[in-house]
Amino acid sequence: MPIYCEIVSQDRMVFEGDADIVILPGTEGEMGVLPNHAPLLSTLKYGVVKVRQQGKEEVFTVAGGIVDVQPDRVVILTDAAENVEEINVARAEAAKRRAEEMLQAGPPPDTDEYLAIEAALRRSKLRLDAVKKYRGPVRQSYYQREE
Amino acid sequence: MPNAREVRLRIKSIKNISQVTRALQAVSASKVRKSMAAVLQTRPYATKSWQVLRDIARQPGKENLHPLLIKRSTVNNILVVVISGDRGLAGAYNTNIIRFTQHNFSNSPIPVHYVAVGRKGRDMLLRRRMNVIAEFSNIPAAPTFQDVAAIGHLVVDEFLSGRTDEVYLIYTDFVNMVKQIPTIKKLLPLEYQIGEERVQAFNQNDHQIGPAYIYEPGVHAILDQIVPRFTALQVYQAILESQASEHAARMVAMKNATEAATELAGALQLEYNKARQQTITNEMLDIAGGAEALSAEF
Repeated sequence: MPIYCEIVSQDRMVFEGDADIVILPGTEGEMGVLPNHAPLLSTLKYGVVKVRQQGKEEVFTVAGGIVDVQPDRVVILTDAAENVEEINVARAEAAKRRAEEMLQAGPPPDTDEYLAIEAALRRSKLRLDAVKKYRGPVRQSYYQREE
Repeated sequence: MPNAREVRLRIKSIKNISQVTRALQAVSASKVRKSMAAVLQTRPYATKSWQVLRDIARQPGKENLHPLLIKRSTVNNILVVVISGDRGLAGAYNTNIIRFTQHNFSNSPIPVHYVAVGRKGRDMLLRRRMNVIAEFSNIPAAPTFQDVAAIGHLVVDEFLSGRTDEVYLIYTDFVNMVKQIPTIKKLLPLEYQIGEERVQAFNQNDHQIGPAYIYEPGVHAILDQIVPRFTALQVYQAILESQASEHAARMVAMKNATEAATELAGALQLEYNKARQQTITNEMLDIAGGAEALSAEF
């Protein structure tokens, strides 16, 4: 019996479908959720969610958030999420550069602005790392050609 | 018989009105498209977070989990957040939401306080001598969560301070272009309610709720983080729904107005033609009569 998995970001439904196992980046450590898991409510840290279904694995980046686990479903609510295959590397790199420059320029620390830039930097780093680690070789070569 | 000049002036003014309504219709049409996209984008997140909140609210012993979940044994004050528009000319949109509010709360034995979002709603509530404790007008089109987070904070503060014991949210749910439904939602304290259609539609796989949650990292850490935030998010989504509904209602109202104006202009044009013809006939008769009289003399 599969478990029904939904990944919802603030602006769209990123993924919904059955899974054999869902691996989550919990704040207390990584965890795998199988069907018939006990109800669980956990916060997530920046990281990747892996959804495995019949030998295939899909990888998503999530920017924190929470997960609500019920015996037959996993609902992930996050500020931002995307499938590793659909991350736009050029955009992520540009965002990273921009965030780094803005941090260099030095807005006062501990203000909302500073935190927002820091979060943007963490998001873009997360995306780039995830692409490096998880994107399939086919897509990678396609991407290099585009560069 | 009205005289031709008067009718001509009326036709002119009606045509002017129809031009204005047609322009407003076009503006609303483009706005409704934008706000519809905004609503549809955020709807999954809002629906899912509401579902999570309700899952939490169904927990055994939820009273000890978070102050926002505690049901008060006596309800001394009720707070109602009413979301309306800043502008009129939207058909029955604003009237409907106020009428719906009255229908739900006008006979309430418990004192009711209102938070008005939108100028029209505020005016109508004040005219009915309702107790409005706060108002939020000039909400920007397609607001961000930060723009309206203050409303959520106010509501949570009022509840936590004990000034109010129950909070309801009244808004217009956007179904489609021609259908918008005034809706009431109990915001605080969080309770499990049966029969929320959309949640069920989203959640096709029926699932049975298991035993109590395991919380990671800790129950208070996680609930402090999500319960107030998700509550504010419900207000945000309600505002987006209402805005889309307002634009759709205005578009339909303006379309009707344009059609009515065109029809009226057509009818008046006929009347004008008749009046004009009548004057010509009268003049002809005068001339013919005059000529006859002259020829009879000689």
